[in-house]
Amino acid sequence: MLERILTLLRRLGHSGIDAVWRLGYAGKFFFMTLISSGTSARRPHLVVREIYYTGVRSLIIIIVSGLFVGMVLALQGYETLQRYGSSSALGVLVALALVRELGPVVSALLFASRAGSAITAEIGLMKATEQLSAMEMMAVDPIARVVAPRFWSGVISLPLLTAIFNATGIFGGYLIGVVLIGVDEGSFWSQMQAGVDFKDDIMNGVIKSCVFGVAVTLIAVFEGFDSPPTAEGVSGATTRTVVTSSLVILMLDFILTSFMFRGA
Amino acid sequence: MTVPPENFLEISDLSFSYDKRPVLKGINMSVPKGRVVAIMGGSGCGKTTLLRLIGGQLKPTAGHVKFDGKVIGELGRSALYETRRKMGMLFQFGALFTDLSVYENVAFQMREHTDLPESVIRDLVLMKLDAVGLRGARNLMPNELSGGMARRVALARTIALDPMLIMYDEPFTGLDPISLGVIGNLIRKLSDSLGATSIVVTHDVQESLQIVDHVYFVSEGVIVAEGTPDEIRASKKPFVHQFIHGEIDGPVPFHYPAASYVEELGLNHA
Amino acid sequence: MERTTLDLWVGIFIAAGIGAILVLALKVGNFSFNNSDSYEVYAYFDNIGGLKVRAPIKSAGVVVGRVASISFDTKEYKARVAMRIDSRYKFSKDTTASILTSGLLGEQYVGLDTGADDEMLKNGDTITLTQSAIVLEKLIGQLVFSKAGNHK
Repeated sequence: MLERILTLLRRLGHSGIDAVWRLGYAGKFFFMTLISSGTSARRPHLVVREIYYTGVRSLIIIIVSGLFVGMVLALQGYETLQRYGSSSALGVLVALALVRELGPVVSALLFASRAGSAITAEIGLMKATEQLSAMEMMAVDPIARVVAPRFWSGVISLPLLTAIFNATGIFGGYLIGVVLIGVDEGSFWSQMQAGVDFKDDIMNGVIKSCVFGVAVTLIAVFEGFDSPPTAEGVSGATTRTVVTSSLVILMLDFILTSFMFRGA
Repeated sequence: MTVPPENFLEISDLSFSYDKRPVLKGINMSVPKGRVVAIMGGSGCGKTTLLRLIGGQLKPTAGHVKFDGKVIGELGRSALYETRRKMGMLFQFGALFTDLSVYENVAFQMREHTDLPESVIRDLVLMKLDAVGLRGARNLMPNELSGGMARRVALARTIALDPMLIMYDEPFTGLDPISLGVIGNLIRKLSDSLGATSIVVTHDVQESLQIVDHVYFVSEGVIVAEGTPDEIRASKKPFVHQFIHGEIDGPVPFHYPAASYVEELGLNHA
Repeated sequence: MERTTLDLWVGIFIAAGIGAILVLALKVGNFSFNNSDSYEVYAYFDNIGGLKVRAPIKSAGVVVGRVASISFDTKEYKARVAMRIDSRYKFSKDTTASILTSGLLGEQYVGLDTGADDEMLKNGDTITLTQSAIVLEKLIGQLVFSKAGNHK
């Protein structure tokens, strides 16, 4: 019995040390990526190319999801608000929910599963087929040439995708709230404008999405770069990217929200 | 061909272990300039590890690799990268960049390391592709190439910046006899025309004995035999004999170490 | 993918993203291009109730500014409310500031009722006439006491 508890504790300690080690390794990797970003700045086409694959290719899923999330918010919000006779606040409800929370979080989750997993798989495959080794042997740093452009493309793309998600979401809310249900159009927009602050709500949402962009893309490139160079290794790394990013997004969201919207 | 007296590549007492498993145990080797050298041995005997140590992708646990007067393991990052520009490495399956066309693959190093104008790059790329006979395939993507063609493109990419040392990691694996002959030929021809030193890691005996100047046999992390192709062919050493003639049993046993067959089947009780 | 088409798509994407941010800022939010054309005045209240920073300041029901900060003044033992008011709107020196509630349970805001003074409030001025928030508990308390008094 005692032996079993000791084994359990030992295993716990082992995974604890492992986790801390991995975190430190990821931190070092992040640092390396930042200092190796000179190439990306000197050759912006490398980043532009990656923005196409991470950003442009994610547009459809972001627009469609944004539209539907906004429409659902309007339906649900109207249900609740009309009980208190304040359906005119529908606009502000939809806008605040999207701009503060749902926009950054849902876009980041979608981005992690659409673009993050693709980045991990691509880098993992490049590693498995020795492309990264070949690059190293050609005296080209794979972190500067492969990792950094993808990292920056993600950091640039996600805030833009989030803004597009928010805009289509609010449009979806407008479609349901004003066109379908018939909430007064004037009060829908004016209440929204009175209730949504540029700095406190919109900019904080943008800051959130920037933080998520850094986190998701870092996890994606790290998992790809760190994946075992085999087929199972790459598929495992891809799964880990999606799972880890999702958890990190939700945790960071809680931390950021508690700093940004506390009381005041 | 004049051979300079100094050894271009010198490996002394080189040892390397993955975690605690020793892979190389004291390798000594010296390669003069302009030679084509083969390193042979069974699968998993540490040949690829040896190439990675020469390229500085791994650091030796003991001993050192001296290339062009510099000890590879002691170089700093930028000095190592500087040295690697003088090396070229052909990977086992080519390791072409799958997102770039054949042309861009060959042009890759020129774009990364030089500021040559596009017209010069174009001429150089076509020259290199012509040397491997694939000038006409320049607009194809790597996934449109056959194995042998991919290997030739990779070869063109390897020699893009005229390296002084070219390393080949299993260049003959998985090729049909024609492609195999083509690659073998190219290795010899390119080494001679570029005046480069070549190291070919392989287990393809017949093909490599035709093209190389010197052969090293590696087994269990040590060099067990060396010599010119003729000496190797005439060798009486059991390991070399088994290897060259592809005999099933010998110093390298057919059976993985196991308990007695009779015992495991439980027949001795009967 | 041709480099030019790729560039074009990325260009469209970035333009759409920035456009979305602008739409959010202008159509959804209350972004004004220069926040500098406003002035700050102060008011002391005995009790601010549930007033929050960024609560609206209204005059005749129109939003004219927002609460910039709320602090407790230890000299007067009162709440000091800083209000940032749009400089398009001028108020006389004897303006009354009162803390009101929109609806029965709605959010609290500062209402301004202008007076008759010819001089207008400037940046840094203090409004002297104030009316504190009505605290429901106190109101109920007063009601109960007065009822009890009546029965005697």
